[in-house]
Amino acid sequence: MEISASPAHVHHGEEHAHEHHDPGFLGKYVFSTDHKVIGVQYGVTGLIFLFFGFCLMLLMRWQLAYHGQPLPVLGPVLAKIFPKEMPGGVMTPEFYNSLGAMHGTIMVFLGIVPIAFAAFGNFVVPLQIGAPDMTFPRINMASYQAFFIGGVIMLVSFFCPGGAAKGGWTSYAPLADITDRAPNMFFTGQTMWLIGMVFLITSSLLGSVNFITTIIQLRAPGMTWMRLPFFCWAQLITAFLLLLAFPPLEAASVMQLMDRVAGTSFFLPTGLVVNGEIVNISGGGSPLLWQHLFWFLGHPEVYVLILPAMGIVAEVVANNTRKPLWGYKAAVFSALTLGFLSFIVWAHHMYLTGMGARVSSFFQTTTILISIPSVIILTALLLSLWGGSIRFTVPMLFATAFMPMFGIGGLTGIPLAFNAVVLYLHDTYYVIAHFHYIVAPGTIFALFAGVYYWFPKATGRMMNEFLGKLHFWPSLLFINGIFMPMFLQGMAGVHRRWYDGGASYDLAKPVLHWNAFMSWSAWLLCVSQFPFILNFFWSIWFGKKVDHNPWHATTLEWEAPSPPPHGNFLKPPVVHRGPYEYSVPGSEDDFIPQGKA
Amino acid sequence: MLNHLLGMPQSASEHGFLIDHMLEVCHWFMLALFVGWSTFFVFTLFRFHESRNPRADYHGVKTKASTHIEFMVVLIEAVLLLGFALPLWAKRVTQFPKDADAQVVKVTGQQFTWIFHYAGPDGIFGKQDLNLISTSNDVGMDPKDPAGKDDIVARNELHLLVNKPVILEIGSKDVIHSLSLQAMFIGQDAIPGTITPIWFKPIRTGQYEIICGQLCGLGHYGMRAMMFVDSPEDYAAWLKDNAPAGAPPAPQKP
Repeated sequence: MEISASPAHVHHGEEHAHEHHDPGFLGKYVFSTDHKVIGVQYGVTGLIFLFFGFCLMLLMRWQLAYHGQPLPVLGPVLAKIFPKEMPGGVMTPEFYNSLGAMHGTIMVFLGIVPIAFAAFGNFVVPLQIGAPDMTFPRINMASYQAFFIGGVIMLVSFFCPGGAAKGGWTSYAPLADITDRAPNMFFTGQTMWLIGMVFLITSSLLGSVNFITTIIQLRAPGMTWMRLPFFCWAQLITAFLLLLAFPPLEAASVMQLMDRVAGTSFFLPTGLVVNGEIVNISGGGSPLLWQHLFWFLGHPEVYVLILPAMGIVAEVVANNTRKPLWGYKAAVFSALTLGFLSFIVWAHHMYLTGMGARVSSFFQTTTILISIPSVIILTALLLSLWGGSIRFTVPMLFATAFMPMFGIGGLTGIPLAFNAVVLYLHDTYYVIAHFHYIVAPGTIFALFAGVYYWFPKATGRMMNEFLGKLHFWPSLLFINGIFMPMFLQGMAGVHRRWYDGGASYDLAKPVLHWNAFMSWSAWLLCVSQFPFILNFFWSIWFGKKVDHNPWHATTLEWEAPSPPPHGNFLKPPVVHRGPYEYSVPGSEDDFIPQGKA
Repeated sequence: MLNHLLGMPQSASEHGFLIDHMLEVCHWFMLALFVGWSTFFVFTLFRFHESRNPRADYHGVKTKASTHIEFMVVLIEAVLLLGFALPLWAKRVTQFPKDADAQVVKVTGQQFTWIFHYAGPDGIFGKQDLNLISTSNDVGMDPKDPAGKDDIVARNELHLLVNKPVILEIGSKDVIHSLSLQAMFIGQDAIPGTITPIWFKPIRTGQYEIICGQLCGLGHYGMRAMMFVDSPEDYAAWLKDNAPAGAPPAPQKP
């Protein structure tokens, strides 16, 4: 294998196993090809971006609750860094739009996807299938590097003339095409966004190819498809989604880039008049083409965000109920169905673009159909609890909370599946609450479950349980404090992306007071993350030392030493049974590892 | 009832009631599922806590109840889809009233204003030309066309006659906007390069806000217009007050 042919890598692998505080840490770890190091790189970078994206929203929440007032404490600092965007510490509408666009972009493409897919996938999948590494370790390294460059470009774009992208995370044309028409279109935030996206998508493509080949080719002897942990199934399906859905957006990004810098009109129709003047373009393009290409990625993307989360929850639930996952097979087939259906629902994001009855019927039907496999998976997770011996460890708390939170997100998706109802609810806060319930208290809670669950595998130390609970309970409370009132605002007709939070509209008056409530919830949610940050770093060095299988888990990753050395396993693993053989009748222990003869 | 509790306003259009009704059914369905689901969830977490159940049961749930419940869920979703959603939408996009029976208004979005263009008393829209668009000629009216003499072009004010179907032909000059008439339970993206019609029938007189429902730039949050649903008397008075100078006198309509 390529990996063992590299002497530098072997050297580095040994160091990883024995020495963590090497002064050359950065130099050696930046260019590592070891899947575990890359997984940790992705994880740490992703968590930092996740927090950064969250902070952008905290700024927006000030503007929504106390619009037009200078930001306390941080205001003067931001006024120095962004004199045009935050004059006197007061946010301009342009900067608000930048924050909104970048919050979405960063959370999705630089936060959740890298953590859910790349970090957990890289770290856990090879261990769980009993492989020594990824099939293509160097492509894996290139994947992280492309991601990192994309991330840096996104960050730098804040300092471009005109500020970062402000056409929404969806970057709809023609707005995104004509924003910041500067003499040098290249160095504008909107252009940087497109270049950044090209890097990020490239990174995902490299990763997905690697995951697919690894899971298909490198499973240990005896690891049949139906013995594959649900988490690996979820990652495999996610990899296919990335492989097939991302290229259209990559192509579309390049096309929009050409619209901006090379004078093409892929997404610009004839006869655009901006500020009373005809825009000098060739025209003939279609703004709707961008939407189709974007959402052809965008909807599978939702399942890229949710499938790994479901995988993590399945692992944690089986382990902490001490019983097999109920309906494992049904869940696997549902996940496959989900993956397939996710490619044919995209236009439900475009219900108000002028859709005829037939096209609309098709997308409404597929959207309702896709709820079925989701319901089956959630039912499998719920019923897995029945008959269990449930221990509420910190990962289990997060995994347990995932279920009702994802449930709320799923249920509120039902009315939004219908074109007629969307006539009223389109782009209101009802929609915002709906998808945030899926990705924030849904997916992000599952990611936290994963961090707490696999932390001992990565470091050999446990995270502190008290700090974990201090992280969980306030987070659960405050995250609902943010998103629950959004349903009420949405029902009243308050729309998203309003710089003043709805103060211009009379219809928003009855629900305007919720803005301050939601903002305070958001800021307190931020405070609730401090125990996690403290716990994370403290536990790396001072956490309680544990053996290789502290959770008494069955899957293969727990048979490798913690942290696993280069090559992962001390002897090549052989799989003898299914992934969740907990509490087998007649067995003395309440778990039988997959690799136990 | 649930919708009202959640703060949804009453609709002012004929079809709005049906959408309200459908959303109401959805919300009851969601509530029932959520309450049932949560009860089971909380009970299970309590009943099977490790202190109450030290050894897990390898097999867990053995009944088929969940399959039946899932089937019921699918069935109800199918009813919502086939019985409500598809016919409702089909009616919106296939059963347009005839132009002659409706009040037709051309709606154009531009950063950050809504422009409403009425045919005037003659019922014929005047010719428009892209090259004539200027800050004083919002929709590029051709001054030479006699049919355009009585056209009314107004910014941010939409006047409609109550109980008469309305057809709005929606387009945009610059970026994508979305004409969102919350009170009428209807909306449509305003997409440059295309004209998309919608129709509805206002049934309650009053003043309602018009929202831009699609991010259109820095002034998006303030792209607000007003919709006036007038009684026939008020509507006639408005027409009279807004007739352009030099327009031929309005013919007496039956």
